[in-house]
Amino acid sequence: MILVGELADLPPGESVRVQGEVAIAVFNVDGELYAIDDTCTHQDASLSDGWLEGCAVECPLHAACFDLRTGQPSGPPAKKPVRTHAVSIDDGVIYVHESTPVSVGGAVTEEVG
Amino acid sequence: MEHVTVVGASLAGLATVRALRAQEFEGRITVIGDEPHEPYDRPPLSKEYLAGTVTEEDIGLTDAEDAELDVEWVLGQPAASLDAAGKAVVLAGGFRIDTDAVVLATGARARRLPGGCPQGVHTLRTLDDARALRDELAPGVRLVVIGAGFIGAEIASTAAGLGCEVDIVEAADVPLQRPLGVEMGAVCGRLHARHGARLHVGTGLAELVGEDRVNAVRLTDGRELPADVVVVGIGAQPNTEWLAGSGLEIDDGVRTDAQGRTAIPEVFAVGDCAHSYRDYTAGPLRLEHWTNALQQPSAAVAALLGREHAAPAHHSVPYFWSDQYGHKIQFAGHRTDDCTVHIEEGDPDAGDFVALYLTPDERPVGVLAIDRARPFGQWRRKLAQRG
Repeated sequence: MILVGELADLPPGESVRVQGEVAIAVFNVDGELYAIDDTCTHQDASLSDGWLEGCAVECPLHAACFDLRTGQPSGPPAKKPVRTHAVSIDDGVIYVHESTPVSVGGAVTEEVG
Repeated sequence: MEHVTVVGASLAGLATVRALRAQEFEGRITVIGDEPHEPYDRPPLSKEYLAGTVTEEDIGLTDAEDAELDVEWVLGQPAASLDAAGKAVVLAGGFRIDTDAVVLATGARARRLPGGCPQGVHTLRTLDDARALRDELAPGVRLVVIGAGFIGAEIASTAAGLGCEVDIVEAADVPLQRPLGVEMGAVCGRLHARHGARLHVGTGLAELVGEDRVNAVRLTDGRELPADVVVVGIGAQPNTEWLAGSGLEIDDGVRTDAQGRTAIPEVFAVGDCAHSYRDYTAGPLRLEHWTNALQQPSAAVAALLGREHAAPAHHSVPYFWSDQYGHKIQFAGHRTDDCTVHIEEGDPDAGDFVALYLTPDERPVGVLAIDRARPFGQWRRKLAQRG
């Protein structure tokens, strides 16, 4: 479980990056919180710096879009999904529960950062 | 319309095919490519691929879903002419491909030095170019890059990271003047020295020294730089020579309207080879930007099929990025020589920043950021509202 911070510090439309096994981006979409792997599966870019459009985030570099609910890319240039993670709020504090590493191309994603 | 032929099998060509199927074209699609490879992504060629951190498989653009596109690929065969009256594309071998419509996506190629070159002199545009250059870069190799534009700067950055000894030669007094202006060009130029590459400005290439293989570069100021490998990064030119006599208007690319329509009905042009009218600048521009090659085909295909098309407003703002020495450089909009630069946040001398390009009446028309992706994205969208 990863401590993200106070809910009050993450108002709707905002995002923050936290460090788990890998970097994780946490978004507040109109009061609903979502967490996904922060690094775009296309090329090295931080999705927490991306543009929120409804329940999707657009990568700040090459405009790959990911659905925050499923982690699936909605079109090119990304081909692979990002992991999604459960988010909980306890007493006004946000926590992320990191999913287990996913298998990408037969290999387990390596720890980075 | 039963058969659409796409000439060009890179990003713009593939995006055209995807757009045709996404917009419910059910007829036959042929894609002609002069390279033997299936579509691949070019930006990593000067960066991760050259550095050896991604493979050829990684940079492939097609995925499993693309198998459903039902395309006839004609690869490794350049188109030789367009017979607009006879509605056909003629391949170099003389084979005619009869078609109802043509989308030109032939891109651009690296500009080369006139005359022959000794071994060890490279340009970088294609996968084959990148393979050849990658084989020559190793720790201690002395690399001279001619031209400090984006491609030259990225190669210098990657080579420095590989442990090469890097010199960059730039004829202008400041690199990247045309896209970024003198002030910000100088800021980007300073990245080289900061990361151990030597930038020589205000001097040009006089001569490549070496019999069979290059061993030095003589400059117009008389100096000689020892070189094991030379990369010539002096720009690109659109692949349009084969269209001479076709009836198309060729002027630094194929002239088109904002939707990619050319002077000939049922012939469209997209990507690097298209010199298209841009709503953002209210004038024609030929863009060599990856994002343009990705996005422009949707509008062109809609126009070809007679369908409505709506793209997000910020897609109208020209955008490119460059990765150098671990820094992300992003630019959106279009600068003109009468623009002034305003530092919106950060400090160019210290590192990361956002700079705006303002017209004489203080209207922002361009934004440059180094390592500030989030505010950059916000400005890119604001530019779309003001453009």
